[in-house]
Amino acid sequence: MKKMTVLVALAVGLQGINASADSLRIDNATIMTMGGMGTLEAADILIEDGEITAIGSDLSEDADRVIDANGAIITPAMFAGATTTGLVEVNAVRESVDSSVSETPLSKLHVEFDVRRAYSPLSSLHAITRTEGFGYTLLAATGGQYSIAGVGSLVDFDGGFDSFSGDDTIFIDVDGYASRKVGGSRAAHWMLLEGAMADLDGRASEQEYLTQAGRDVLKRLKSDGVFVFAANRAADIKQVIGFADEHDINAVIVGAREAWMLADELADSDIAVMVNGLDNLPADFDSLGSRLDNAALLSNAGVTVMFTSDETHNARKIRQGAGTAVAYGMDYDLALQAMTTTPAEVFGGRSRALAVGYSADLVVWSGDPLEVTSYATAVVIEGKLTSMESRQSKLLERYLPEDAGMGRAYINR
Amino acid sequence: MKHLQHIGLIAGTFIAASFAASVNAADTPFPSTYKASSHAPTLITNATVLTGTGERLEAASLYFVDGKIVSVGEPPSELTSDTRIIDAEGSWVTPGIIDVHSHLGVYPSPGVDAHSDGNEATAPVTAEVWAEHSVWPQDPGFGRALAGGITAMQILPGSANLFGGRGVTLKNVASVTYQGMKFPDAPYGLKMACGENPKRVYGRKGSGPSTRMGNIAGYRAAWIKATDYRDEHAKYEALSDEEKKEAKKPKRDLELETLAGVLDGDIIIHMHCYRADEMMTILDLAKEFDYKVGTFHHGVEAYKISSELAENGVCGALWADWWGFKMEAYDGIQENIALVDRPEGSCSVVHSDSDEGIQRLNQEAAKAMSRGNKAGMDIAPERAIKWITSNAAKSLGIDDQTGSLTTGLMADVVIWSGNPFSVYAKANQVFIDGVERYNRDDPTLQPVSDFELGQLLEVSQ
Repeated sequence: MKKMTVLVALAVGLQGINASADSLRIDNATIMTMGGMGTLEAADILIEDGEITAIGSDLSEDADRVIDANGAIITPAMFAGATTTGLVEVNAVRESVDSSVSETPLSKLHVEFDVRRAYSPLSSLHAITRTEGFGYTLLAATGGQYSIAGVGSLVDFDGGFDSFSGDDTIFIDVDGYASRKVGGSRAAHWMLLEGAMADLDGRASEQEYLTQAGRDVLKRLKSDGVFVFAANRAADIKQVIGFADEHDINAVIVGAREAWMLADELADSDIAVMVNGLDNLPADFDSLGSRLDNAALLSNAGVTVMFTSDETHNARKIRQGAGTAVAYGMDYDLALQAMTTTPAEVFGGRSRALAVGYSADLVVWSGDPLEVTSYATAVVIEGKLTSMESRQSKLLERYLPEDAGMGRAYINR
Repeated sequence: MKHLQHIGLIAGTFIAASFAASVNAADTPFPSTYKASSHAPTLITNATVLTGTGERLEAASLYFVDGKIVSVGEPPSELTSDTRIIDAEGSWVTPGIIDVHSHLGVYPSPGVDAHSDGNEATAPVTAEVWAEHSVWPQDPGFGRALAGGITAMQILPGSANLFGGRGVTLKNVASVTYQGMKFPDAPYGLKMACGENPKRVYGRKGSGPSTRMGNIAGYRAAWIKATDYRDEHAKYEALSDEEKKEAKKPKRDLELETLAGVLDGDIIIHMHCYRADEMMTILDLAKEFDYKVGTFHHGVEAYKISSELAENGVCGALWADWWGFKMEAYDGIQENIALVDRPEGSCSVVHSDSDEGIQRLNQEAAKAMSRGNKAGMDIAPERAIKWITSNAAKSLGIDDQTGSLTTGLMADVVIWSGNPFSVYAKANQVFIDGVERYNRDDPTLQPVSDFELGQLLEVSQ
């Protein structure tokens, strides 16, 4: 975390914000702690050396910087969903994209393809996403040669080159669309995955599915990692439940458009889902049962629900999906948990709730944090008030004045 | 009438009427068969009404009869006994929402290869194709859009080509045929595309264009041919009946007929264009060939030239927040719509280009409004609603028929559960030409496409 602090301090220093502030107090806020303290009205929060040291009313401790929130809502920093932030600058600029490997030298299942080796915290997307109130994302591998896309994990938007946290997480496509990568039938996904598991146990005598490096990674994943399966069709989700049970792995389903049909089984199996709250179309024959109350039906049945937006550049849109899930019946508090604390519980790492002794990663909102007209007015990451500037805010500053003066290129402060 | 004036300039007013008649004959194939059904006179009371003309009325009424708006604000002094009265206390009422950029029907759900009918990506100039001939009326997306308050939309071809083909404006009414949805008397649109898409598609094929300068050369070559074609036909139509017998009748060409329709002012240009500099080049191109660009679509950099767009009377149909998926989308900002809206005479439009976005254009407008206000602009809901109603209708050339709650216009109306500029708001009732086409509480007023009928019968719920 040390290198991180330096980068944030540098950025903040350029904005002229007091970078040396080691303590920060935010007064008069509605603090939705997403933890044991629940929601506190007219409350103050004190942050020292990156940690929350007090939450309560009328805190009297001095701080280097004091902000009056004027009753605004504070939540933990939000989760941006499964994205490729730091693995892409422009989707259509191929050399700027590192989230996917389509051809590898060996025809094996490349479990050891780890996108964290390609991660940069200095993309323009980081500030653009962070300034919208997001503190972390699930860094995902996408695509891939066969069913397996690769390995990633949670990563914090704190500017660090290796601010990864939580458990190693592998991304596996088992849906109909990905079946074209494995010869044409989705049954082949399971043939290969069972082969890989057999290989791991030393049972694959004729066919080696994995490299030795891959065996090492898969072994680690099996005991301590998370397996994220992309699946929408109920029948495929049922296969995931069976596979997870048989191999005793920690599974999560992303997409999950027809998961509502298996809500009770998912709850019983303790398999979490990550859904796009805006999905409701039969986009293909895997998602005939797609509906806007999917998240509500799942969470009401006791399934752990998280959100993703299927976007990286526009990852901020994930709030709209969560708000829509609430509009279609999901419990508000559960939706807000899904947007803040739940992903860290599922994918590991430190708690994201606001509580004394925890890292201070929080957002001050202009209104209801799930409302489309709301926005972040301040973002605190690891106790530091971060810059609210991004490449997009700079473009706005340049084009907002009606008088261009010498020309827009000279408006560059 | 614009048509007549334009021909008059070229060939003398005396021949205008006959040429207009011949062009109209060519313009009438595949006619609309849509006819609004009858409905009881309807009075909505106690609503917060956003008129689409910039006004907001509190505790207001809206009265419509025979598909047309009769009064807005105060209720009529007398009502007939068959009048349906809807007490909309707590609700908001807006004009029907209009999406100027949709691919419903041409890229429908399910998005299987067999349904990929939006881009005739076989040549850079395919002005001869018409999107309506690809529209699958059973796309479940139409019904989903209706539940989001969409009453009309333009279906466009994709952006692979310099000239992608004609777009069609549809009423969002469930029908077995697209003709049954076709908006009567709406002008056609012509889809054109700038930038990366055409040069990528044809650069890869090796046929070109493969550069932006190649794109411009391609447009110019086509407009030169179209100008000749238009003049040749005008010259022939100017002949007397006697002279026509001697002269050779010029051949009909579907591609050039559409382009000539643009030069004549009958067909509106809808141009996919992201970068500010390219949009300005296109405005010069339009001056060179004396046609008008109606709307720039996507216009991720439109905020850089907002004054120029307003001065030229060009609409900008834009997204609230999408950016970064390609180089020409790299400079997207969330204040784009609000900045394009700022100058006097502007025409800012929120479009979807998405089967998801079309279901919540009100939320897209809400995001754009909020970002504008955050940047210091003072945009009220009564102004922002124009981006998805009257300005959209203007972009499509149907603002004299719909797009605002104005006496005499079509009774295309949405009753919202609350302030539509919210993620929690829902379109509860949707009226098209006065007919209730959707009701959130009444399953018998929720259309289901043939495709979705009978699916997943084994599943309960």
